[in-house]
Parts: sequence; structure tokens; C-alpha cells
Amino acid sequence: MNALMRFFSAIRTSLLWPMVRKEFIQLRRDPGTLGMILGIPAMQLLLFGFAVRTEVRHLATVVLDESRTPESRLLIETIVQTQNFDLVGHVTDRAAIEHAINGGEVRAALIIPPDFSRQLKRGEPGSAQIIVDAANPLASSAAISGAALVATILPSRLGVGPSATGPPLDLRVRPWYNPSGESTTFVIPGLVAVMLMMTFVVIMAGAIVREREVGTLEQLVVTPISKWALLLGKVVPFVIIAYLQMTNVLLLGWLVFGVPVRGSILLLYALAGVFILAVLGIGLMISTFAKSQAAAQQLAIGLIMPSILLSGFLFPREAMPAVAQWIGNLLPITYFLEIVRGILLKGTGMNELWRPTLLLLAFAVVTLAIAVRRFAKTVE
Amino acid sequence: MTAPAPAPDVAVRTTKLRKVFGELVAVDHLDLEILRGEVFGVLGPNGSGKTTTIRMLCGLMRPTSGDATVVGCDIRTESERLRTRIGYMSQRFGLYGDLTVRENCSFYASLYGLAPDERKTRIDELLGDLELSARSNDRASTLSGGLKQRVALACAIAHRPPLLFLDEPTAGVDPAARRQFWKIIYDLAAKGTTIVVTTHYMDEAAKLKRLAFLSRGHLIAVGTPEMVTAQFGLPTIEDVFVELQRRDEAAA
Repeated sequence: MNALMRFFSAIRTSLLWPMVRKEFIQLRRDPGTLGMILGIPAMQLLLFGFAVRTEVRHLATVVLDESRTPESRLLIETIVQTQNFDLVGHVTDRAAIEHAINGGEVRAALIIPPDFSRQLKRGEPGSAQIIVDAANPLASSAAISGAALVATILPSRLGVGPSATGPPLDLRVRPWYNPSGESTTFVIPGLVAVMLMMTFVVIMAGAIVREREVGTLEQLVVTPISKWALLLGKVVPFVIIAYLQMTNVLLLGWLVFGVPVRGSILLLYALAGVFILAVLGIGLMISTFAKSQAAAQQLAIGLIMPSILLSGFLFPREAMPAVAQWIGNLLPITYFLEIVRGILLKGTGMNELWRPTLLLLAFAVVTLAIAVRRFAKTVE
Repeated sequence: MTAPAPAPDVAVRTTKLRKVFGELVAVDHLDLEILRGEVFGVLGPNGSGKTTTIRMLCGLMRPTSGDATVVGCDIRTESERLRTRIGYMSQRFGLYGDLTVRENCSFYASLYGLAPDERKTRIDELLGDLELSARSNDRASTLSGGLKQRVALACAIAHRPPLLFLDEPTAGVDPAARRQFWKIIYDLAAKGTTIVVTTHYMDEAAKLKRLAFLSRGHLIAVGTPEMVTAQFGLPTIEDVFVELQRRDEAAA
């Protein structure tokens, strides 16, 4: 409460604005930095967009078994043995499948219709369906190859030969959300998150330390400016630059790679603001810990590596060992990836995204609060 | 026990002021009184505690123990009010190299609460007085040491503080610029500003009204230059300085 009041008083007493104005003048005088903030993501976008392909296994899978026969159980068992699917539960209707996949905890569903074993017994191909959340095209290719494997193994296990009308098993993979199965459309929304993280943790981490090294911080903290106004004055300009960068990446992704916008772009911009604050909060926090610019950069990079590797940006988190998943849970980018991919690729709305949003908000509040608390208007 | 309220003609009073960094005692039991309107010098070899003392008096460092009152503010409990009533020029000037002279002055003046109209008038006046008008739109990074020093001074006095701290303001500045700077300082003092200055130049020190010599955190001598030289039985302030440095080195 106290903190909130000081926050508003910092805004009201206008000492924030001289600080913001100063930061903007400095940014304008430094076209190199601004060019890097906007140019490097564009390069990365082309690089990742054209070059990156990865593989995935162990899709979290639910099963809707309406047949409930030895044959259907054998199908389930075989599918799990391919290791492309991990059985996480059974559901009783299709609405539950949709809910589970939209919620993000499940990537695929196996649907076995009631007459599956009757079809086999009649010598017809037994038809079943695998639905896969193809917003991640790696997941859909894993599903397709897994299904193909099952189709070759299962008939001999069931002891059926080729039917009159074709192969004994008709296992269809039906991708949701990304029918064309392109991985660039999957990578680029993630790149929005990674670029924001990489650029602004590093820049913000350097912000306070640089003033300390140059000697301006001492002159700054001897003035009556409150530490709230000082730190907010550092953050506000970068929120705006971060939005510019994000717009830049999104526009390029849309124009060059045809990344879709299935959900509300306004919602994306609103929730991105929370992520940007969390990122700047982390940077600012590093800035109050680091003794030198070099140390600040090292700390920032130390955070960026796990953010790329463990967040699910390149490698699906469901295929990671538990420890890696745990670390991923501690990274704000993990949640923003869920948000940005959900909104762009699936058209997900706030109903499904309140949880990652709240977690991001918590990150922002905690990191900014730690930064303000640790920052003292002294030179010790 | 509460310290008696400082007399109205006292700008700075310290009582047993002490600052410890780990093992190192930077300032020890410093009792000092600086009068309103005087130009007071704090002298001593490197590491004698000059900068630490000034930083404590500005509220930039918390004393380990002891007290100080600066222009009527307790440095422990009223450091924010103190900040509005002092000017401070650090050794490194604290200018933004990528901002122009006017932008630097305007930025600091606005942090001290000068409203836009007042700010513009005041900065025009300062730039004129300090002979900076011709360079007002140049980036601070392009200026010579002497010019930077005057811009930093303009930033430090834009809000007309009754007390001004200068930490080695003339280090690395050519003799002509040093002379001009001291003229400005004495003009300020003549108009009633109290000035506390540290310096390494003993020719500058000899002209000060009163000065204090620190050595290894201790106050060794305080008074007019004549009183200090008499105390040591040495002919000049420079001889006192050299003698103190020799003692420091012998003790180290």
C-alpha cells in the first residue's frame, strides 16, 4: 500500500518526467543502440524462420476409448510404446479433449470409436483418430510418425491381415490449429518473446551500472529525486522501445512468413506489457546487484541461456527431464511463450491465459520491488 | 544526550563523526565547525578521508557513528531535506556527455524542482555568468576540462543552494581555468554561499579563509592558513602537506 502510494507520488511530483526526457534524449543521440534493438531481431527472425527445425517426442496424450475392448487397449499400449506419446489420462467426451488441448497441458488425444473392434472383426480396417495440437508443428510430425509406426506394428499383434478394402488399421492424424504444419509460424511468435527477453534484460541491467561507472549516478542521487522516480524514469522509455521492437518482429513475421493472428492483437499487446515489465524488472534487479557493467552483462547472459533452452522456445518442455521443467517454471518467458503462441496461433483468449498472466504479473511486481528496495541513494 | 542546536552562523557541525569500511577507518571522531559564508578547505593526502567526509555531509554515505548537522538538517534523519539545500560537485563532474551544456543544466535544475520558466531564466543567467553561453548547444563530451568544470558548477548551483560542496573541483584543469574558477567561487561566497572545498593544490589552499588538515581519517589541524603553519612550525601550507604525507608513508 505504502509502496503503491509512493509509486503514484513519484508520477505526480513530475521528477519522473525530467528523468524520462533525459533518457529519450540519450537514446536519440545513440542511433547505434536503437538500430541494434530493432535490427538484430529482424536478422534473428530471418535466421530462425528459415533455418530452425527440431524434433519432439513424448507428447502428453489423453485417450477417449469408446470401444473398451482388448483390441482398443492393445492399440493404446502400442501407441505408448512408440514413446512418441505419453499417456496422461482418460477422458469421457470430446469436449474434455478440446479443453485439455486448449489449456496447454495436453498435446495430443487418441480417439477410439465404439465400433473399433467390431470393424476389425468384420475384416474392415479399424479406424481411430489422433488429434494433435499442431500449433507446435514438431508435435504434429511426431504424431504422424508415431501413428505410422503403430499402423505397421499393430496388425500382427492383433493377428489380422490386410482387409479387403486396404490396410487393417486406419489411424488418422488430425492436426489442430496449424493445418499447413509449418514450423516457422511456430518459431516466430516465440521469437517475439526471446528477443524482448534478450534485448531488454541486457539493456536494463546495464542502465544503472553504467551511470555508476561514468560517475553520473553520484551526481544524480545527491539531488532530491526519489528513488522511485529515478528507477521508473529508467524503465518507462524502454517499455516504449520494447513495444516498438515487438511490433517490428510481428510485422516482419506476418509479412515474410505469414504468421497468423488468430486471437486478439489488443490482448497480446496488453499482456506483452506485463511481460515487458517483468523483463525490465529482472534487468533492473541485476543492475542493483552488479558491481560493474561487465558483471551485469554476465548475469544477464546467464539468465538468457536457460530462457532460450528451457522455456519451450526451441525444445518442447514436455520432452525435458523434470529438473529442466522446474527451472523452466521459474522463467517468465515460459509463460509469455504460452500467451504469445496461444493468441497468435490458436486464438486463445483471456479465459485460458489468466494463469500465465498472473504469474507474469507476480514476476514483474517482485523483481521491480526488489530493485527499488535494494537501490539506495548512496554511493557505498 | 542531545547535541545543542547549532548557532545560526554555523553551516556545518560534526560531532565525533566516524566512518569505517570493513577494517579501514576512513574518518575517525571528526569534530568540525564550518561557518556560514566562509570558503572552507578540507585538505590532506590521498586516503586521508576528505571525500568520505564530504560524502557523509551530503547524505551520500551513512556515518558509522557520530552526528552532523548541515544547514540545519540532521544528515541521518533529514537527508532528503538536506539534498534540496546543498549543491555538490563530485570529482568526476557527473555530466552526461551525450547531452548538451544546456540540457545538462536543465536536467539537474528540473530535478531540484525549478519550474520551466524559472529554469530557463536561471540557466540563461548562469551560462552568461560562467561564460558558457557560446557553448550552450555543444555536447558536454566535447568540452575541455575547464569548461566541464564550469558546467558542472552551473548544474550544482542552479537551485541557489546556501551551501556548496566541491570535491577536487580543479583536478586536471589548466591554470588559467583554475584561476577563473576560483574567482567565480569567491564571488559566490561574497554573495553569502558557504563553500566547502577539497583540493590538492596548495597554492589554492593558502588563499582559503580557513582550512582543516586530515590525515588517515583524523583531524590534525584546523584554522586560518597562518594558524596551521604556525602549529607545525613550517613556513608554508605546502610544507605542512608534504610533512603530513611523509608521516603517513612512515606509518604505512
